[in-house]
Amino acid sequence: MTAVERIAPGGTRARPSFYFRTMVEPYLYLSPAILLIALVMLVPLVIGISYAFQAVNLLRPFDTGWVGLANFRALWADNKFWLALTNTFWWTLGSIVFQFFLGLGLALILNTQFYGKRLVQALVFLPWAVPTFLSALTWAWLFNPTIGPLPHWLAALGVLSEPFNILGDPNLAMWGPITANVWFGVPFFAITLLAALQSIPGELYEAAEIDGATAWQMFTKITLPFLAPMIAITVMLRTIWIANFADLIFVMTGGGPANSTQILSTYIFTTAFRRLDFGYASAIAVALLGVLLLYAMILLVLRRKLVRI
Amino acid sequence: MRSLRQSTPLAVTGKYLALAFYVGFALFPLYWLAKIAVTPDRLIYSEGTALIPSRFTFDNFRTVLLATDFLAYFRNSVIVSLGTAAITTCVAAMAGYAFSRFDFRGKRLVVALMLITQMFPLLMIIAPIYKIVAAVGLLNSLTSLIVVYTAFNIPFATFLMQSFFDGIPKDLEEAGMIDGCTRFQALRKIVLPLTLPGLGATLGFVFTAAWSELLFALMLINSNDTMTFPVGLLTFVSKFSVDWGQMMAAGVMALVPSCLFFIFIQRYLVQGLTSGAVKG
Repeated sequence: MTAVERIAPGGTRARPSFYFRTMVEPYLYLSPAILLIALVMLVPLVIGISYAFQAVNLLRPFDTGWVGLANFRALWADNKFWLALTNTFWWTLGSIVFQFFLGLGLALILNTQFYGKRLVQALVFLPWAVPTFLSALTWAWLFNPTIGPLPHWLAALGVLSEPFNILGDPNLAMWGPITANVWFGVPFFAITLLAALQSIPGELYEAAEIDGATAWQMFTKITLPFLAPMIAITVMLRTIWIANFADLIFVMTGGGPANSTQILSTYIFTTAFRRLDFGYASAIAVALLGVLLLYAMILLVLRRKLVRI
Repeated sequence: MRSLRQSTPLAVTGKYLALAFYVGFALFPLYWLAKIAVTPDRLIYSEGTALIPSRFTFDNFRTVLLATDFLAYFRNSVIVSLGTAAITTCVAAMAGYAFSRFDFRGKRLVVALMLITQMFPLLMIIAPIYKIVAAVGLLNSLTSLIVVYTAFNIPFATFLMQSFFDGIPKDLEEAGMIDGCTRFQALRKIVLPLTLPGLGATLGFVFTAAWSELLFALMLINSNDTMTFPVGLLTFVSKFSVDWGQMMAAGVMALVPSCLFFIFIQRYLVQGLTSGAVKG
């Protein structure tokens, strides 16, 4: 570094050496980011993984130490864990499917010209800015059988026999948080897919038009292949994000009724902060991480096979 | 998709119907939130499902502002969100610049490091962070929240900033460096002014993320003086379980800053993603 700071006799700066430009200078810019990530995320991650193999229960502060795989054996025998795993699957699948298709539709429409476009774009993206706990409270209200409109509307449409409490029915409760999550998450897909759509060169469509392609052909032969990489990466990241996302369920149903909306994330949270059993909570988290890594690997392999760009 | 062909009236109608559906879907819950907030308490149950209340009142807003700790929660959230957004944007701008302009040894490793942080459940580090924060004596402090949120938001903010920098030609700062300024001066005087929309988008994105974070705030804060808005509102639920009107009024007021920010930045967000690396 000193070599660069030194001013040559002629008064001009010395040209930075190759070593400085490839090894030192970039890291000067990166160091605050790396330092913060390492201290706040990676160190706790390693500690967190190590907790999974220990007894760390604040209610039994003197009964600590390494227990090997005991937490995982307990997990294997824990019915609540398997139920939460199944629920995580349905919660994630239901949320991602609706978010993706609605988001794609919105992005396709926003990529055309129409009257009042800028205002519409700002309005439809708005749910993303709403704090999740607040959307959870609002949706809980909308689903409320006495004061919320949704059960009444559904009853009027004949979907429900009477306006009862959907969030209180173990068979239906998951649809509450899923609806809220779809509402919240459509804008994100729309934003990223819209960005990808806007980067497709317009000449491709003009050429296809001249060749007499139909709108459907243009969509499947031009739009989809161009979007595929973006779709793969956003679906993957968002799936992982949704699987880990506990706020909506935590506020709307708290995992109930009868654990029917308990997903792994809420189970981790309640185990850690209600039962204060950090060791067991970490074991659940490690299991969740394993499932997510497996999913990510499958998707990456699929992507390599499907996307030839 | 710009089309040379004239669209059929049917397609146009369909498009506007779909748009109306999306706008309605996006705004309906927010409308309901505002509706409850201005409904007089005694009508909340009797007119629960009516689209428009027969009477309006701002009593709920007055009560929330004068008789609760709302303003303190609000202030704490502003401090945390602004602090987080400012620090994250500075750090992410530098890191994004490094990704955009340098080809250096270990680059793939650093990128992988940042991607990994997006993959693992944050709940996994909730317990260790709690213990670390407690050990350094920062429980119930806004500082701990700012540090934690900053770290969480750096990876995405960095990729976002990188894509904005990628959209700015390299020649500009090279010209500046030939004229005698250092790279850092060139970054500060030439490149950063050009990427103001990018800085704004990142700032707004991080601000809204920090504004709505609940779980870590719930875990690290339990003193009333340092509660952020989400935690404060949750205690509101249990403390004033009957008082939906007040809670919704507080909610409406909490919504204003993040929504204003977001409406302002969403255009730049799409632009930034279009120009660069996040294309995947």
